[in-house]
Amino acid sequence: MSLEQLTRLPLLAGRLVRPRRRGHADPVLIGCGLICAGLLALALIGPVLTPYPLDQTDILNASQGPSAEHLLGTDSLGRDLLSRLLAGARPSITAPAVIVLASTTLGVIVAVFAAWRGGRVDRVISRMLDVMFTVPGLLVAVIAAAILGTGFWVPVAALTVTYMPYIARIVHSAAIRECRLPYVEACQLAGLSSWRICTRHILRNIAPLAVAQATLAFAWALMDFGAISFLGLGLQPPAAEWGSMVNEGRADLLTGAIWESMTAGVLIVLAAVSFNILGERLAARIGDGS
Amino acid sequence: MTFIAKKLAAGAATVLASSLIIFLALSRAPGDPVALILGPHATNAERAAMSARLGLTDPVLVRYWHWLTDALHGDFGNSLLYRQPVSGLLGPRLMTTLILVGLSALIAVATGVALGIFGGVTPRARPLVSAVTGVGTALPGFVVSSALISIFAVNLAWFPTFGAGHGFFDQLWHLTLPAIALAMSSAAYVAQMTAAAVNDEAGREHVATATGRGLPRSVVLRRHVLRNAAIPVLTVSGLTAASLVAGSVVVESAFGIDGLGSLLVKSVASKDYPVVNAASLVIVIVFVAVMTVLDISQTALDPRLRERA
Repeated sequence: MSLEQLTRLPLLAGRLVRPRRRGHADPVLIGCGLICAGLLALALIGPVLTPYPLDQTDILNASQGPSAEHLLGTDSLGRDLLSRLLAGARPSITAPAVIVLASTTLGVIVAVFAAWRGGRVDRVISRMLDVMFTVPGLLVAVIAAAILGTGFWVPVAALTVTYMPYIARIVHSAAIRECRLPYVEACQLAGLSSWRICTRHILRNIAPLAVAQATLAFAWALMDFGAISFLGLGLQPPAAEWGSMVNEGRADLLTGAIWESMTAGVLIVLAAVSFNILGERLAARIGDGS
Repeated sequence: MTFIAKKLAAGAATVLASSLIIFLALSRAPGDPVALILGPHATNAERAAMSARLGLTDPVLVRYWHWLTDALHGDFGNSLLYRQPVSGLLGPRLMTTLILVGLSALIAVATGVALGIFGGVTPRARPLVSAVTGVGTALPGFVVSSALISIFAVNLAWFPTFGAGHGFFDQLWHLTLPAIALAMSSAAYVAQMTAAAVNDEAGREHVATATGRGLPRSVVLRRHVLRNAAIPVLTVSGLTAASLVAGSVVVESAFGIDGLGSLLVKSVASKDYPVVNAASLVIVIVFVAVMTVLDISQTALDPRLRERA
């Protein structure tokens, strides 16, 4: 693989978006930001707002559309869909949040360390990141489920490990550029410690890039975790989670009862699209600055 | 020619390393194959005999060596669940998955490159292309699958709801919806990257020079813009094709297609480790093969990469 080009690729994301001039508000960015904030809030308070208990079944009213009692209808066991969607918000949103926080933290540490040390350390770490980068996260998560079992933490850990090199590679190329700037040498001459230069100066300057890429990665982590749940390798029933709800509603699809798959699917798409576009817009703004 | 040999060797080494990692990881998995085969009523002597016959008493590296030499002869052991040779399970399913991934790669690259070039060369359409691709890349395969099944298979009844079909044309018909579901987000990603690459090239000095020399716009586009944009587009297309291999796991399960991916998921759920081992390795091989072909074609197209390597 021509690695130089590959590393550049993710940086192209957001290039299509024409960056706004400084000081001009970007309505799309604000809109997506609000939706993302709303979804994060939903993860926090969603489980408290449920009108019905999660596992209260009502076979006589199974697979119904929206009604006064069940605002979004019921699933194939007659459970209230609104309640399950609200409760499902917590794992569905928390999982990508944990994955992104952990992989970004690890990735930034590895990237800055390699860039700062340079030389052979840098070459070895970069080569390892290049190899890890090509490993598909979904596949690792599926095999991890075979070895470590299903649940919340196994796919989260597997995806964290496979997302780390993605973040690290982008941050690494930015950190290398940063280390070559004259101010770093000036700091060294002024007698600042490596730790201080890295944390106070380099880290601060590459933080916006890391945040933009982490936002983009949030969208992918959300989709990947949803896919693992959809495959039945994530949280197990009767727990509610959006990806597994899309799966549980599949049998109903064939008889035309689309509510469970559709409502959960729409929420996943809404969340993924909002985080994706927010990340692109943030990346475009930074591209403007440098 | 040496660079091709080098890339092939690197690909083979990757597959070998992955096979070792997967084997070691699975050997740590919980579950007892002896109990699974003999059932709960076996005596301790029977258990010991079976465990020796399966070679479970050997050190793990010895077992890996036996597994590897057998695998190179096409013998991946027996499925614990289906009670038949794993290789017999893999063969037909590999074909289905290859057709699905191939069809989907074709759709993704064709629509992605077309949309990307359109967005790249017509500045007025760029916000539209940017919006479409921004939404498109965030459409997960399993959600698109459910939507397509509901609309085109159940309501309109244009396509079958599940299965892979028999015979080439029947298979194509069965695999059309799954291929579209699988291609959707990749097509948007290819479009995004193509538009960015075309846009980048269009702003270069040599393009301005060509326009200044009075060359017709179509010639400038073909000779100066698209030709240079082709290399990053090829890279993205190849990477996308590779990611489709992983994505097929989800879409096959969504459409109930008997492919490699759905076999892997089923065997993971039923703890059928010989199948998990072989199926994941075959998926890794397909993945590495796509990456190696990409790598070689890229180097062949751009001699600068060859000199650097």
